Amino acid sequence: MSLLALDRLRVERGGCPVVDDVSFAVAAGECIGLIGPNGAGKTTLMRAALGLERHSGGSSLAGLRPAARARMAAFLPQARQIAWPVDVETLVGLGRLPHAGGGDREVVTGALRRMGLEGFRYRIATRLSGGEQARVLIARALAQEAPLLLADEPMAGLDPAHQIAGMEVFSGLAAEGRAVLMALHDLGLAARFCSRLLLMHQGRLVADGPPDAVLTEANLARVFRIRAFRAEGPDGPVVQPVAVLEGEA
Amino acid sequence: MSAVAQGWLIPALTALVAALFLASLLIGPAAISPGESLRALILGDAGPLTVVMREIRLPRAILGLLVGAALGLSGAALQGYLRNPLAEPGLIGVSGAAALGAVIALQTGLAAAFALALPLLALTGAVAAVSLLLLLAGARGGALTLILAGIAVSALAGAATALVLNLSPNPFAAAEIVFWTMGSLADRSFTHVGLAAPFIMLGAALLLTLGPGLDALTLGEDAAEALGAGLTRVRLVLVAGVAAAVGAATAVAGAIGFVGLVVPHLLRPLVGARPSRLLPASALGGAAMVLAADIAVRLILPERDLKLGVLMALVGAPLFLHLIYRTRRDGGEGLR
Amino acid sequence: MAGPPERVVSINLCTDQLAMLLAAPGQLISVSHLAQDPRSSAMAAEAAGWQANRGKAEDVYLLAPDLVLAGSHTTPATVQMLRRLGIAVEVFSHAAGFADVTAQLLRMGAVLGREAAAAEAVARFEADLAAIATDPAADAPRAALYQAGGWSSGRASLPGEVLAAAGLANVADELGLSAGGFVPLEVLILAAPDLVVSGRPWAGASRAEERAAHPALRDAGRASAALTDRDWVCGLPHLLGPVAAMAELRRKLQAGE
Repeated sequence: MSLLALDRLRVERGGCPVVDDVSFAVAAGECIGLIGPNGAGKTTLMRAALGLERHSGGSSLAGLRPAARARMAAFLPQARQIAWPVDVETLVGLGRLPHAGGGDREVVTGALRRMGLEGFRYRIATRLSGGEQARVLIARALAQEAPLLLADEPMAGLDPAHQIAGMEVFSGLAAEGRAVLMALHDLGLAARFCSRLLLMHQGRLVADGPPDAVLTEANLARVFRIRAFRAEGPDGPVVQPVAVLEGEA
Repeated sequence: MSAVAQGWLIPALTALVAALFLASLLIGPAAISPGESLRALILGDAGPLTVVMREIRLPRAILGLLVGAALGLSGAALQGYLRNPLAEPGLIGVSGAAALGAVIALQTGLAAAFALALPLLALTGAVAAVSLLLLLAGARGGALTLILAGIAVSALAGAATALVLNLSPNPFAAAEIVFWTMGSLADRSFTHVGLAAPFIMLGAALLLTLGPGLDALTLGEDAAEALGAGLTRVRLVLVAGVAAAVGAATAVAGAIGFVGLVVPHLLRPLVGARPSRLLPASALGGAAMVLAADIAVRLILPERDLKLGVLMALVGAPLFLHLIYRTRRDGGEGLR
Repeated sequence: MAGPPERVVSINLCTDQLAMLLAAPGQLISVSHLAQDPRSSAMAAEAAGWQANRGKAEDVYLLAPDLVLAGSHTTPATVQMLRRLGIAVEVFSHAAGFADVTAQLLRMGAVLGREAAAAEAVARFEADLAAIATDPAADAPRAALYQAGGWSSGRASLPGEVLAAAGLANVADELGLSAGGFVPLEVLILAAPDLVVSGRPWAGASRAEERAAHPALRDAGRASAALTDRDWVCGLPHLLGPVAAMAELRRKLQAGE
């Protein structure tokens, strides 16, 4: 079943296309990494897919009523905002806003456990460290229990252990039959945990497929202007950027 | 902790408001025993004491309650939407603009010809100010933009109010600039209650629906929108609700500042900082604060009309400075 | 000064009217614009025959007066400026009672060199006052003066003497405010006056006047009357009009009881 379908999605700013003619579909069970250099249009693509950005072309989510859309897809923006000193339980509980009905406490407990935050339940969220706040916000998105999770650089600023744990949570969601679409900068994490990668360059979707098919030497050189060490390790593929290529940007 | 606090807070605030409402009825420049006052109020007779209780003290207490609730609730709602503890209807010029609308209605004779012109023009002034501020400061705008825009709107509204009052053919009008900038509940009647109450209640009903949207905004606009908050609707309801509540309150009581700043600030820790819980608590807290201030002005200077804004500023301005200091110290999140 | 002044300019509402009453033809050349305003002046019609000034040093100086008449409420800066420019300024204080009416008429007569006219005006005023004035009886109706802002004048004031001369008891005196004072609305209502006399509202609107129109005052079920400011702002023989009007009200109240 398709959880998100984009059809020739296009976003313009000041006459320039920021997202240009992008089409793809997300099926249940997929853990998709959205990769591309700065300014490739990853954030804009996600916002437009949710209908938060004026666009042309189609997105299956953008047409839904806000409440219905919130039950279909959760969004974890890149900017980690916690405006008020609420406790972690309250913050994670905000994920339950689209759902009318009971059982919220169990869902919040489950989301906290999944992110290893059981001991933080009654702490004040704004007084946590940046990385802890990031995990609390992921837990908030999990508590929304939507079939699809859109996350914009969810792993930025996390220590290695929490990055790996976080990616395992996301691939675990996919294994449960949900789907995850996340913007990522860490090609190593993308290669190891994602079932599929979407590579964006200058607003266009230039590659779409399994990690080894997308992270080719040619794509890395053309899109990221880097050379990477690539290998197959005992725990999965390893991709480590090692050098910047000379030439025009 | 917050769940526990929530349990007793609302009943405690309700009891406080009830006690202050009663005290407001029993305290006045004319020394009358409480028993006698209440008997005259409830049983009534043709005597002057019943007139005093029913037509002077009762409308004054009701207005204190309504105006305070309107200001406290509007402050909490504006702060929740702008995610900024410094937002307050008085400081950002909404009350000033409402006062200008009210003064225009009174001095042009519109209010004399058509009584509802008074709250309606005040409401129009408030709508203009809130819309202008949201346009200038935006939901992303930091405290600095907001406060600067507020200073400009306040100054403009204050100057225009002074101009209208100075141009009035009435020799007493110019002296009343202080009423419109400081606020007072002295000698208001049920006529004023009748003019303000429907608008304040409508505005409060609108603002109280904003809880879930303001909660979602804790996570920022994108996350809130993705949570189904419907920010366009939130913004419209906010503007309409604040304008109706603050507009009507200002039309009958003048611009009373700082209520919407002090009350949410004091209550925020008691509701676990959750914006939706802060709304009803701030309505009750605002009512308690204005009732208390109105009792205080009668105790301090019984025969003169000391303005409520004087007391509120004495309490509120130091707190405002403290808030600015604290938001700066905490990494300037509020002062982008 | 050699003889009586020849070019007199008055810049105060009360001195305007005193001077118009007593000045020789051609002696007074200008009165304040307030003197021409029927809302504030008892002699607006007469004042129309004079050039009006706005009481600023500059327009007064250009009239080349040899005497300026000012009130004690006139801005001190204006008075000082005119004196620095070498113009004689006579300052009259606010009349606080009938005795001041007589004294000010006599003083204005002396200042203008019109002693005979002043003596005649005083004699007429005192005779007329004696003819209509009555002292309040023990059971006299109790009246309260309730002016803008909640000020109530007591016995020791011009409006207070008008009430007394009309045979009305003054509620402000009962409240211990013989010189007048602010009276909260509820205190006034509890004092239960038989008559509330307030100022007639001006155009525009003000909270100060709105108080006198409070429904509680209306529902207290007492008689009320409104007087215009011009009736008793200044200590003039015209005060006899309000005295007669108040006395008439008093007679009606007594007849109704």
